[in-house]
Amino acid sequence: MRAPSESDIAAGEVLLAVENVSLSFGGVKAIRDVSFDIRKGEIRAIIGPNGAGKTSMLNVINGFYTPQEGRITFRGQTRNKMRPHDAAAGGIARTFQNVALFRGMTALDNIMAGRSLKMHRGLFWQLIRFGPAMAEEVEHRLRVEEIIDFLHIQHIRKVPVGRLPYGLQKRVELGRALAMEPDLLLLDEPMAGMNLEEKEDMSRFVLDVNQHYGTTIALIEHDMGVVMDLSDRVVVLDYGQKIADGTPDEVKKNQAVIDAYLGVAH
Amino acid sequence: MGAHAPADADTFPKLLIHNARIRGARPAIRHKDLGIWQTWTWAQVLDEVRAFSVGLEELGVKRGDTIAIIGSNKPRLYWAMCAAQAIGAVPVPIYADSVADEMAYVLDHAEVKIAIAENQEQVDKLLSVSDKLPKLAHIVYDEPRGLRDYDHARLTWIDQVQKNGRDALKDPERLRRWERSVADTRGGDLAIILYTSGTTGRPKGVMLTHENVLISARNGNLFDQLGENEEVIAYLPIAWVGDHIFSYAQSYVAGFCVNCPEAGETVVEDRREIGTTYAFAPPRIYENLLTLTMVRMEDAGALKRRMFHFFIDFARKWGEKILNGEKVPLWARLVYKIGDFLVYAPLKNRFGLSKIRVGYTAGEAIGPEIFRFYRALGVNLKQLYGQTEASVYITAQPDGEIYADTVGKPNIDVDVKIDDSGEVLFKSPGVFQGYYKDPEKTAETKTPDGWVRTGDAGFFDPKTGHLKIIDRAKDVGRLNDGTLFAPKYIENKLKFYPNIKEAVAYGDKRDYVTVMLNIDLVAVGSWAERNNIIYGSYQELAGHPRVYEMIEKHVDEVNRSLVEEGPMAGAQIRRFLILHKELDADDGELTRTQKVRRGFIAERYQPLVTALYDGSKEADISTEVTFEDGRKGVISARVAIRDLTPIPVRKPAMEKAA
Repeated sequence: MRAPSESDIAAGEVLLAVENVSLSFGGVKAIRDVSFDIRKGEIRAIIGPNGAGKTSMLNVINGFYTPQEGRITFRGQTRNKMRPHDAAAGGIARTFQNVALFRGMTALDNIMAGRSLKMHRGLFWQLIRFGPAMAEEVEHRLRVEEIIDFLHIQHIRKVPVGRLPYGLQKRVELGRALAMEPDLLLLDEPMAGMNLEEKEDMSRFVLDVNQHYGTTIALIEHDMGVVMDLSDRVVVLDYGQKIADGTPDEVKKNQAVIDAYLGVAH
Repeated sequence: MGAHAPADADTFPKLLIHNARIRGARPAIRHKDLGIWQTWTWAQVLDEVRAFSVGLEELGVKRGDTIAIIGSNKPRLYWAMCAAQAIGAVPVPIYADSVADEMAYVLDHAEVKIAIAENQEQVDKLLSVSDKLPKLAHIVYDEPRGLRDYDHARLTWIDQVQKNGRDALKDPERLRRWERSVADTRGGDLAIILYTSGTTGRPKGVMLTHENVLISARNGNLFDQLGENEEVIAYLPIAWVGDHIFSYAQSYVAGFCVNCPEAGETVVEDRREIGTTYAFAPPRIYENLLTLTMVRMEDAGALKRRMFHFFIDFARKWGEKILNGEKVPLWARLVYKIGDFLVYAPLKNRFGLSKIRVGYTAGEAIGPEIFRFYRALGVNLKQLYGQTEASVYITAQPDGEIYADTVGKPNIDVDVKIDDSGEVLFKSPGVFQGYYKDPEKTAETKTPDGWVRTGDAGFFDPKTGHLKIIDRAKDVGRLNDGTLFAPKYIENKLKFYPNIKEAVAYGDKRDYVTVMLNIDLVAVGSWAERNNIIYGSYQELAGHPRVYEMIEKHVDEVNRSLVEEGPMAGAQIRRFLILHKELDADDGELTRTQKVRRGFIAERYQPLVTALYDGSKEADISTEVTFEDGRKGVISARVAIRDLTPIPVRKPAMEKAA
């Protein structure tokens, strides 16, 4: 598991591609004819002003929304729509804009929940928790403990998530997504509502996940500093349309992007 | 008590081999990793240290080289110390939280050849200053995370170092060579250089030999009868002499197990899981535990809260007596037992102190309330006085002789004397060899006949025979009649009263001692409410005659305690006043760490100081103040001054007669 270099990414194998995707809710067109790809091993940012369709795009990718038009190719397999469980089983994990954890459960149990797809023993075995089921649980617990160590959350292992501060909840949520050992990790505003220090920590974790586990990451983020520092390539949406796509430097200089963010006189 | 090491095991590596032989299967060190306590026995530690040691040799370490160790309490960093010592190299632990420049100073001064760093953070710091350190040839790291893509030309993972060592050790001749190099270590060899954190000036490297450290550790073990069954938790900085003795030397000497916590934030939980029997902590750790408990109790249900307060009050009354083995009525013992079942034992379990036999606090004065709280619960908390230059032990309180305001009696083999200026000097087997590359400072500290100046002023309490530390020696002055005057000592006594927030004492080169006081607005305010005293402002409350009356009682009590203590009897407070405004760091009256700036205050309140010594009953003062928004204003006030009747000093002769 080696972190891919820039040239690897430029020539890289496409992990996921969306082609000509359009999505509308009644008369509202959330996404219009958008195409882009995510290459193996990169950190891909999706940015855009409010209401540009970023979260809708993530929801299309992991099958929560069904686009009216367009195709999604994931690992060489093309389909018109993704189903959430196909996405999860196929190695796509995500975190949410508003933390979506089991609040009454401990951080440890929340992350263990991320392993559920990897559990092979059925309900019966898990209930009696004996013999092979125990061995399996030990194996999963080891993976989860590695993640806890990775994210430096040993001290909150046994704390119910509802009692944790927001920044730590976000970290637990990232942990749960990592527990799935995803090939593609979708992060919806991982740094929203954080202070500078928490943002720096989270950025560090995102980079480490990418390097250490070799996970491909697609993230939505509003903090431009974070986006420019973290990502290999950026796609910019505005009013549901793609207006730019390229490296952070290219995107920064793009006139359409500047107009979209600063506004233009009509 | 476990068997003690034979006399020929006079160095750390020799002790390690000895321990691996006689208690090879016993746990030597644990580390909580991935949520589980991982254990290494003495035999395993020997194997790890040997591989590490030979691996370091492969990296080019030679006898006499210095090796820096930077990081938190991790088994492999402790092993690094012994691994270096086994081949005659000298470990130099460095505070993990020091910034790159401080680190660079120590590395440069100690001429470090190889640095062993815990993780990426420390490696980054080292790399950022490496161009200033031509002698630093190689960096070895413990945690590989984030370091994968670094240039490994001068960077090696400990696993790799140990693997190189193990490969080399396949040659039996190499093993014999290593064993010979251990046999060649001598008790008088330099074992470690500990840099003192240096609150004033540059850090100084204290050189200690194997004998210094090991004899001190052995005496410490004897003093408290520590054996191989103790459990300690290592969480204080490894560069601090305290941790070096408690978590390294004493463990090697007695053969007990050291536990390394999972992370800095999990120490309390980890301590609870282990159930330490021997503990050491600065006062603030005990304070924090207590505050946390009190805050949590406020959130508890009414029944639990009442139960808690009833039994805690009961324990304050009887607990210490029971712990000290004094005569206590049977009914009190019974109630204490019930309290133990309902409150004390669960509380101690929370603190991780259920199995504690000996707990020490040191470093600074602990509030008597906090000290007594733990003792009341049955925790054998004691005080100790030590220094890096002494390999820790100077004095400690023996079991059953515990006082909140002393630091105990001289340890085994330690001689303590007080010189004419009041400074404490000591002589012991732990006395350091000198400051590294600083003979001048060494000569200032060590007298030609082997005594070491502590820089602290103190005296032996005539009642208990214990040493009391009163102040830094340079702050101690004398009254005109020659009586010892220790301002901080008097101020601390006053500040232990909740009603008094700050105190500033004067007396050096004066006829008598006077103090200026600040009341504590919260404490005195609520007292005023309960006593129907009406006031409109801080200034009015501070000047209220009944407040003066109350404070006068406190000052009088302080005088009484000074008289009881003998040497300070002449330094009774004769006159005091209550300041009309709070001393504030914004006005430069306090330092940012809330210490009073005596000299500055004397200048600023010149008219008041004059009035304190010219006999006037009141004085006018106007001072400039800085408000929180930065505006400046002037506060004027007329401040009253009270006289106190001095308490007659009983002459020692009379005591003998009685």
